[in-house]
Amino acid sequence: MTTTVSTVESTITLRRQQGGGALIGYLPVGFPTLSESIDAAVALVAGGVDILELGLPYSDPVMDGPVIQAATQQALANGFRLRHGIEAVAAITSQVDAPVLVMTYWNPIVQYGVERFADDLHLAGGAGLITPDLVPDDAADWFAASDRAGLDRVFLAAPSSSDDRLEQAVKASRGFVYAVSTMGITGARSDVDSAARVLIDRLRAVGSTSACVGLGISTPSQVREILGYADGAIVGSALVRALGDGGVPMVAALARDLAAGARDIRPAV
Amino acid sequence: MSLKAEAGPYFGDFGGRFVPESLVAALDELTNEYTLARSDPAFAAELMELHRTYTGRPSIITEVPRFAAHAGCARVILKREDLNHTGSHKINNVLGQALLTRRIGKTRVIAETGAGQHGVATATAAALFGLDCVVYMGEVDTERQALNVARMRLLGAEVVPVTTGSRTLKDAINDAMRDWVTNVENTNYIFGTVAGPHPFPAMVRDFQKIIGEEARQQVLDLTGRLPDAVTACVGGGSNAMGIFHAFLDDADVALYGYEAGGDGAETLRHAATITKGRPGILHGARSFLLQDEDGQTVESHSISAGLDYPGVGPEHSWLASIGRATYLPITDAEAMSALRLLSITEGIIPAIESAHALAGTLDLGKRLGSDATILVNLSGRGDKDMETAGRYFDLLDKGAAQL
Repeated sequence: MTTTVSTVESTITLRRQQGGGALIGYLPVGFPTLSESIDAAVALVAGGVDILELGLPYSDPVMDGPVIQAATQQALANGFRLRHGIEAVAAITSQVDAPVLVMTYWNPIVQYGVERFADDLHLAGGAGLITPDLVPDDAADWFAASDRAGLDRVFLAAPSSSDDRLEQAVKASRGFVYAVSTMGITGARSDVDSAARVLIDRLRAVGSTSACVGLGISTPSQVREILGYADGAIVGSALVRALGDGGVPMVAALARDLAAGARDIRPAV
Repeated sequence: MSLKAEAGPYFGDFGGRFVPESLVAALDELTNEYTLARSDPAFAAELMELHRTYTGRPSIITEVPRFAAHAGCARVILKREDLNHTGSHKINNVLGQALLTRRIGKTRVIAETGAGQHGVATATAAALFGLDCVVYMGEVDTERQALNVARMRLLGAEVVPVTTGSRTLKDAINDAMRDWVTNVENTNYIFGTVAGPHPFPAMVRDFQKIIGEEARQQVLDLTGRLPDAVTACVGGGSNAMGIFHAFLDDADVALYGYEAGGDGAETLRHAATITKGRPGILHGARSFLLQDEDGQTVESHSISAGLDYPGVGPEHSWLASIGRATYLPITDAEAMSALRLLSITEGIIPAIESAHALAGTLDLGKRLGSDATILVNLSGRGDKDMETAGRYFDLLDKGAAQL
């Protein structure tokens, strides 16, 4: 294990100390175009997003709902290649300081080469990977590559996970643990499940100090509610929809609104 | 070591469980319940009784000498899974998983289907067991297998046409997985083939291996010896694993899986996964896969909806990698020609899927010669394919061709 300090984790910690929590924003690379996806990501950070989650479009995204499916399918139809993902990370990290995590299904990384991808991502200034269809049990290659390259690895925790599996996810993850708010796939929901609060409590009980909630979060008030108990809130489909509907200006405006929900929740430490 | 003893999660380098964490608890539950069930004599007895009184097992074997005359005069023996209730081997697996669903206490089942045979079998079992049933089917497949859509609806199932991606079986599996992630509390996913995350490849194989166990004894009784070769079509690979498994440790019995070659394995329009693909991860398992350089799944093509899948079960990838089984492509045209030949020579209309195994057998017989005996898994009947065959052979309109 390297002793690399996770910039993702230190960003989250800083936001907690300041009396709020981290706002994590998801956008897929290549939607609506490669250059607009880069501009949109930069605009998210300017709007107050603390950590970027860049999705790599994939042909069979089983964790994604209709909004993200449609966006990533469009990106693939436009000719998205994995190297564009690396290029986007480099372009974004050259413009903003916020840590950039890449969200990707596992087969593209395997085909690119796990070690090679880790090296290229590190070189591009990327912070690590969120892996929705890779569980720690089958992740030996990724443990080795991420330790060597000093990359974060974010595994998922679900309301259905046993306590043993939650503890495994906490120990395996670096940066944060991605707490799935509800049993389901990505997409905005009017109510974010109370299961999220229970899951965060259970993650705390097995030692998590960095747990962020994702799935279904779309409004500033939901962000605020979640950061009352979690370390970070992850917004995806709502940003993708805004980008599709109103381009970079609209997604930047939504980021500003969401960021306002993420601040001044408690007195600063 | 016995090849038959492999039970997952890995078969050599293939298999595993590449799924969202949300599904792990359900897969663990299924694994545990299945482990308990398979050592419970009451479970086995109930399944066997259902097979005897409902499926129509054991299925017979039929020797087809007039067809065999076109296969180098080898002896050709068909294992008649086409005679099962619902018209294919799929019912073998579905009844097992439906019993398991009841044991777990879930009230809703979902399934993916390509040709519609697994969907029909699942809808049938759901009717029999009083379970709610939703079947995901690619929109392309709902059109080319419209009769099976009607059968599922008549049986009380909801059929959801899937409009994402290539709108075929792979996308139906994606949507079924999304449903399962969302509704796992009351829903069991009755998976139709020997692919997917553990425990599906091993469990579905176990529910299908009755095909080979029966056929092995039936061929011994008929001919006094084991066959020289066993053949089957391979999409995901459940009928092939079902008939192969009993023979895995019979080193003298050659095993041949015939993949859908579509317009030709040398073209871009085929579903010859092992022939043309390379290892990757799809639908929860590491196996051979049709994919581009970036690991994006490539759309497959086959006239047969049931074989039109860019992946394949991990146990097949393993058997191919160790050389125990051989996998070869059969084009649409070769399969349709074999379908017509069996119909004309023996009065048996096979499913287009199974016709791939017949086409492969025609070639294999010529290579093995007249002393050879070949056991073919006739995995399904052709009723569902009459519209496709009718169009293909121009049989539907007034003044249509008389073959």
